[in-house]
Amino acid sequence: MFLATRELRFARGRFTLMGLVIALISVLVVLLSGLSSGLVNDGVSGLKNLPASAFAFDEGTMTDNAFSRSVVDGEQLAAWQDADGIAEAEPMGVNIVNGALDDGTQLDLTLFGVVPDGFLSPEVSSGDELGRVDGIIVSEPLRDAGVEVGSVITLDRTDVELTVIGFTQGQATFGHVDVAYLPIDTWRLMAAGLAEAGAPTKAQVADLDFEYASVVALLAEDGAKPDYAGIDEAAGTMHMTLTEAFNASPGYEAETLTLSMIQVFLYAICALVVGAFFTVWTIQRSHDIAVLRAVGASGGYLLRDSLAQAAILLVGFTALGVAAGVGLGAAMPASMPFDLEVTPIAIACALTIGLGILGAAVAVLRIVRIDPLRALGGQR
Amino acid sequence: MSTTTPALEITDAVLELGDGESRVRALDEVSLTVQPGEFVAVVGPSGSGKSSLLAIAGALSHPDSGTVKVHGTDLRTLSRRALSRFRLTNLGFVFQSGNLLPALTSADQLRLAAKLAGTRGVDVHALLASVGMAHRAGHRPGQLSGGERQRVGIARALVNSPSLLLVDEPTAALDRRRSHEVVQLLAERAHQDGVAIVMVTHDRDVLEYCDRVLEMVDGRLGVPATV
Repeated sequence: MFLATRELRFARGRFTLMGLVIALISVLVVLLSGLSSGLVNDGVSGLKNLPASAFAFDEGTMTDNAFSRSVVDGEQLAAWQDADGIAEAEPMGVNIVNGALDDGTQLDLTLFGVVPDGFLSPEVSSGDELGRVDGIIVSEPLRDAGVEVGSVITLDRTDVELTVIGFTQGQATFGHVDVAYLPIDTWRLMAAGLAEAGAPTKAQVADLDFEYASVVALLAEDGAKPDYAGIDEAAGTMHMTLTEAFNASPGYEAETLTLSMIQVFLYAICALVVGAFFTVWTIQRSHDIAVLRAVGASGGYLLRDSLAQAAILLVGFTALGVAAGVGLGAAMPASMPFDLEVTPIAIACALTIGLGILGAAVAVLRIVRIDPLRALGGQR
Repeated sequence: MSTTTPALEITDAVLELGDGESRVRALDEVSLTVQPGEFVAVVGPSGSGKSSLLAIAGALSHPDSGTVKVHGTDLRTLSRRALSRFRLTNLGFVFQSGNLLPALTSADQLRLAAKLAGTRGVDVHALLASVGMAHRAGHRPGQLSGGERQRVGIARALVNSPSLLLVDEPTAALDRRRSHEVVQLLAERAHQDGVAIVMVTHDRDVLEYCDRVLEMVDGRLGVPATV
């Protein structure tokens, strides 16, 4: 690296310009990565946090927005409950509602109807566990909207009143809307259209004869590989694993595909720009390289030196760009779906640096083709 | 090796360049023997084959026939890798206008050459002082005059104590006074350090410092009619 570092210092103007391009690309990569993580969390964190391994939807449900379209009945549920290799099968109700606090603040909520004390019942960070007929557990970030334990949320149109009894641990959103957990029976009361204005009561729930739900949430037995397809056939359902189910969440696929496409383009641009720079740089100093080769420097030494130079440039300026990107990300307003997560940023850095070095490698390979004879005679 | 081993021994070297109609005989049965400590100048018009002579002596190309021995080693017997090593440790090159690396200071030019050859314990400053460049050790080529660059180039070629120094038109970019200084410096090195020097030049003005002058005409090497 004797020559590499001295050249970096000598041609610092040129290298800084190149480095700034790399740094800006890294800033963009970090921001996009933060935005993708943010959107994913905003879109499906409610699902991600569920301990379920798969969901069974009604047969023939369109995969887009499948959670709110699907309706499963008691027989389908029972078929899954009796199936081999399935530890837990519980009904789950999903729908999105609008509501308002007493002070008039409007809220959108995704209602997750689950069995209290069941495997889907959420862990609370504060307040009570799920159980009260009119009690809901809401997503932690709703605190910022002024929601507290004891707040009453009145749903639009039906004027059903639900009381916040606790908060989930961390964010729980579905389709960019905050999740509110409530007992499945209360959810069924509303789904059946029998909920009356005011708080739902135990008596209303007890009188209800309605065993539908949106989906069956499934938990496989430890180490077991249930015959999902076979059980689907028997139960008249179609299953999706937890991650497949993300795509059944509104807008999820469109958002993530768009962002990944932009990221892929950025990586390609990074490789090409760095490759172009090192091509010009190598051609510019091909006479110097001919002299070095005539003196006896091996092609391997010169290649290693040039790659080390590219690596220093890429690592240095990528780090700068990431630092700037993280700084910018931290300054984003809370309402932006933006989450900086270490793993995707580390992967993004590795790709930027790796593809940059690949571009540089293709460019500096021409070093080995430079004829040391060019050093003789004055021709440039 | 015994003191009688010549630093350079070229026997009946033939080198043809180009192909088909434009094929030229750049070297036509050239033979040349240079003893350690001897300073030989090769003069001749452009295109006479002077550069080809340096190329085969420096193992940058191989002759089509004939042999080239440097300090007793037949260059054709060496592999590509071994040839690189051999150039690093046994041969020194001085190119036109120095051909220094623009990014390196004078001292670093010498350090890099030593590093490439794996030579340790080189006193870079003493070597620069011996070519009168101690005061310019921290300067880059862009800050040096043509003569100064050539001196640094000579110091760089001497770093690994080669047995043979190949010098290509060292005075091409220099004025008369500096040309004399540079060639005088080369003569000093040959006579003091015992390094053999083959210098190719146009410049008939500086031949007074050389031990032997040969003339190259159309690929043939001979004693010049007039010196």
